[in-house]
Amino acid sequence: MSAAADARAGAGAAPAVIEVRGLVNRFGAQAVHEDLDLDVYRGEILGVVGGSGTGKSVLLRSIVGLRRPNAGQVRVFGEDLLALPPERRSRTERRFGVLFQRGALFSSQTIAENVATPLIEHAGLDRAQAERLAAVKLALAGLPASSADKYPSELSGGMVKRAALARALALDPEILFLDEPTAGLDPIGAATFDRLILTLRDALGLTVFLVTHDLDTLYTICDRVAVLARKKVLVAGPLDAVEATDDAWVQEYFHGPRGRAAAAAHPARS
Amino acid sequence: MGADSIEGTARLDTATTPARLLVAGDWTLAHYPALQRTVAALGAPLAVEAAVDFSALGRLDTAGATLLAGLLGARRLDALAAADGSLPAARRALLRLVDQALESWETAAPRPRRVPAVLALLERIGRTMAALWRQQLLLLGFIGLTLQTLARVLPRPRRWRPTPLAAHVEQTGMDAIPIVALLTFMVGAVVAFLGATVLKDFGASIYTVDLVAFSFLREFGVLLTAILMAGRTASAFTAQIGSMKANEEIDAIRALGLDPMELLVLPRVLALLVSLPMLTFLAMLSGIAGGMLVCALALDVPPAMFLDMFKQDVGVRHFLLGLCKAPVFAFLIAVIGCLEGFKVGGSAQSVGEHTTSSVVQSIFVVILIDALAALFFMEMDW
Repeated sequence: MSAAADARAGAGAAPAVIEVRGLVNRFGAQAVHEDLDLDVYRGEILGVVGGSGTGKSVLLRSIVGLRRPNAGQVRVFGEDLLALPPERRSRTERRFGVLFQRGALFSSQTIAENVATPLIEHAGLDRAQAERLAAVKLALAGLPASSADKYPSELSGGMVKRAALARALALDPEILFLDEPTAGLDPIGAATFDRLILTLRDALGLTVFLVTHDLDTLYTICDRVAVLARKKVLVAGPLDAVEATDDAWVQEYFHGPRGRAAAAAHPARS
Repeated sequence: MGADSIEGTARLDTATTPARLLVAGDWTLAHYPALQRTVAALGAPLAVEAAVDFSALGRLDTAGATLLAGLLGARRLDALAAADGSLPAARRALLRLVDQALESWETAAPRPRRVPAVLALLERIGRTMAALWRQQLLLLGFIGLTLQTLARVLPRPRRWRPTPLAAHVEQTGMDAIPIVALLTFMVGAVVAFLGATVLKDFGASIYTVDLVAFSFLREFGVLLTAILMAGRTASAFTAQIGSMKANEEIDAIRALGLDPMELLVLPRVLALLVSLPMLTFLAMLSGIAGGMLVCALALDVPPAMFLDMFKQDVGVRHFLLGLCKAPVFAFLIAVIGCLEGFKVGGSAQSVGEHTTSSVVQSIFVVILIDALAALFFMEMDW
């Protein structure tokens, strides 16, 4: 089996591809993160959970280099993105794909063009090659062929999410950042999405950083879960370890009515 | 993906029976063009019966898997999935996934073909004409709707919205004072220079005063201000309302049982009705001041004499004629700006298109109305 499977067995053994140390993020006087540490290991699927406003998306933006933290260090593939010269930074950025919370598709391009653009710009393919590959990614993400020539404004919320996933996968990244990927999908679509992430991770050895509120996703595909609360990572580890954490919010989250229902639906994991 | 990557290869070894297909190296996006040539050379899907040897296969990503799946064909992939061979289960799953994706895509309806260029051109002309006609109807309808809303709100002081009105007056009026004053001052100076040069030949350079006064009171003051406002304010209105439309804020307003006409359009129209006449007055003063400066410096006509001539020759009628056009322009500019905002679709490009369109339309309408008004005033001998 691949390195990915080893990572699942013992997350500690694989090297860390993302290292966050002493991260501080402030908006004006309000601190979102205070001295936050987090490691993401190669080949794992890390689920990041936390209440609304605990800075899950801000953490994601800090890691991918869209936000300069007020203090602390973020290393992706062992490199500090914000300190790299532009050329090297761009090369590193090609090694990860980001699915934004609201899709963030380019509204002036069709869905197929959205996916083909990074292929043409970065992989040096011609238009025909790029469009063929884009078609594969769109089909992988579960979109019908008829949607390829549509514009993002003509798609439903769930289809936008799928198209955004196809674009995030365009360059076959090593790390996939997903910000609430299954929010707004129907249960069947969400389950397909979970399976797709799992298949891709197993086959490509992807590392997945997943911000989610979807308890089913947590139970089905996440190797480790990190809980963000009180401006830090409260606990990060396998699901059963996190569930057992003695914290009011964690207990409420995993053992509330929805948490119990999700746990009951996935007895194999809990 | 780095420099240590070995380009993928596929070689058909026909020495053995059955033939063996040797797949080796990294089948990744970085080598896609080369791999595609290899696959094309072998002819996809592979026709001859061959066992596939994956033992030397390096990295594989979805781009490589797409080519590999195309090379092997669906039937061989099925066989692969059943037997385990030299390919790990995870990679077989990926190949299957890509193949299924390709299949669902290719069996779907073909994408529509492009129409010939001549027909496309004709179609475009037709569409543009139809859109132009619809646009006029829409504008008339929107003007009616605005007036109707105004008539409904006016007798109910509780529904007046002084705060947004004041904010828009500040944005469209006060903030525009520097640019309007500066621009008209300079145009005033230019007109005076021009008049001085041309009228000197007739020994009538003193009439430069009249030229500046008439042109700014009757035409330039209001026209320049209106054009500036069309560029500055109509575009702002379109972009504001358009972004709200794209963000579903307009729908939210409607769903809350509120009227976007009353909330968004009326304050903007009324604000421009207040600020454009005021700016016009300022533009007249500023343009005449520019002319006065040139007269004083280049023609030796001191300001006192300039003002004396002004009082003698120029009636207040001209000032009123100029100013009475300002509210008309203000209304049209604001209405066009808002209407274009409501026409925005979902995309950022659409916001840009309609912003351009609102500026072009409002400048066009302003100049058209001004020309008609000039003709009318002349015929009336005003």
